[in-house]
Amino acid sequence: MKTIILVIILTLSTSFAKDTSAYDNFGGKKVIKKVVDDLMINLLSNEKTKSFFEFADQERIKNKLVEQFCRELGGPCKYTGKSMKESHKDQEIKRSHFFALVEELQKAMNQNKVPQRAQNKLLAKLAPMHKDVVTE
Amino acid sequence: MFKIVLFLAAVSLQSQSLFAQDISGKLLLTAGVSQVEGSAGGGLTPWAFITGYGTRDQIGASTYYTKADSQDYSLESYGVGVGFYDRVELSFAKNSFNTLAVGQDLGLGHSYRLKQDIFGVKVKLLGDAVLDQGSWMPQVAVGAQFKENKSEAVVKSLGVKDNKGIDYYVSATKILLGQSLLYNLTLRATKANQLGILGFGGDKNDDYELMYEGSVAYLLTRKIAVGMEYRKKPDNLSIAKEEDWFDIFAAWTPTKNMSLTLAYVDLGQVAIKDNQSGFYSSLQIGF
Repeated sequence: MKTIILVIILTLSTSFAKDTSAYDNFGGKKVIKKVVDDLMINLLSNEKTKSFFEFADQERIKNKLVEQFCRELGGPCKYTGKSMKESHKDQEIKRSHFFALVEELQKAMNQNKVPQRAQNKLLAKLAPMHKDVVTE
Repeated sequence: MFKIVLFLAAVSLQSQSLFAQDISGKLLLTAGVSQVEGSAGGGLTPWAFITGYGTRDQIGASTYYTKADSQDYSLESYGVGVGFYDRVELSFAKNSFNTLAVGQDLGLGHSYRLKQDIFGVKVKLLGDAVLDQGSWMPQVAVGAQFKENKSEAVVKSLGVKDNKGIDYYVSATKILLGQSLLYNLTLRATKANQLGILGFGGDKNDDYELMYEGSVAYLLTRKIAVGMEYRKKPDNLSIAKEEDWFDIFAAWTPTKNMSLTLAYVDLGQVAIKDNQSGFYSSLQIGF
């Protein structure tokens, strides 16, 4: 009987524990860092997104993006940046700019051979942020 | 018409240089392709997407050519579509259905072609299939396809009631990014026999009937999707039994200017020939 209860508790505790499989499938912090580095390079070479980043504090943005991606993937990180709304206000961001960033992120993830399903898991978490990022 | 298709194709391929940059804002694969009646969708069924890669600040357009060959028939479909601000879609398509040897058997002549023109309009009502990932809410659009069969005397000799008809539909489309899945459900009110290629209404039924159509696709990569579709069909004519359609497809979108769709389609009985199935290929060019 005790064993059964123990098994049930263990099963429940694992199912309630934070799901880190997306984070692990993505490749962990190391890959997230590389993806964000490549993302910034891509954003600076894309005419649609360049102007939003070229005069910004790129190192800070990269650090915050690593924290954010790590957290959204269920990894062991804390996001210490400003809210999405706060950090994007007054920037006149259109949907086409938002999608252009997503495309550069997809390219950066492909460059680092992130599995497609892990890529889409991250995009699914980021997509709803359009409400706070895109200027209505 | 074919000149318009070629012209738009040429413009599309030049579009990046012609319009500098503010076009084609949507993500790859999220514009759908052109379905057989010219609306943005899968192969057989319209989706809630507005054709082309324009976002709500942009205009998009597409043109396509589709060919499907079964054991006894061959269907060509081609047309153009324009999407205004990811909200309204206007399309014009031509279907040309080659009866090959069956035409001779029916006394119409070998390779007699049944033709129809389709003018389509679609309006996106609510939701965003891609952006609203936090909710289950799909993108929903309503549309109408105004069809005119050009072979009036022939189809009426089959017991068909009319050579003109309007299909009305509502489509709900959602991309579940976390699962890499796209699904679509369409409800269509129609009287059309075999899309309208055999006219509208018949001796068995001459009322609007509600048909459901469904699609599922798996987003294999950023550029490739594979999936299947099902389209329920009416059966209005006693001399030409009609059956539901089904396909399995792969769509490849190497750039926003081009999509190639290959499919295996099962059409069931078509006019006097049963067990029709075959290969479907479609090229879409746009921006």
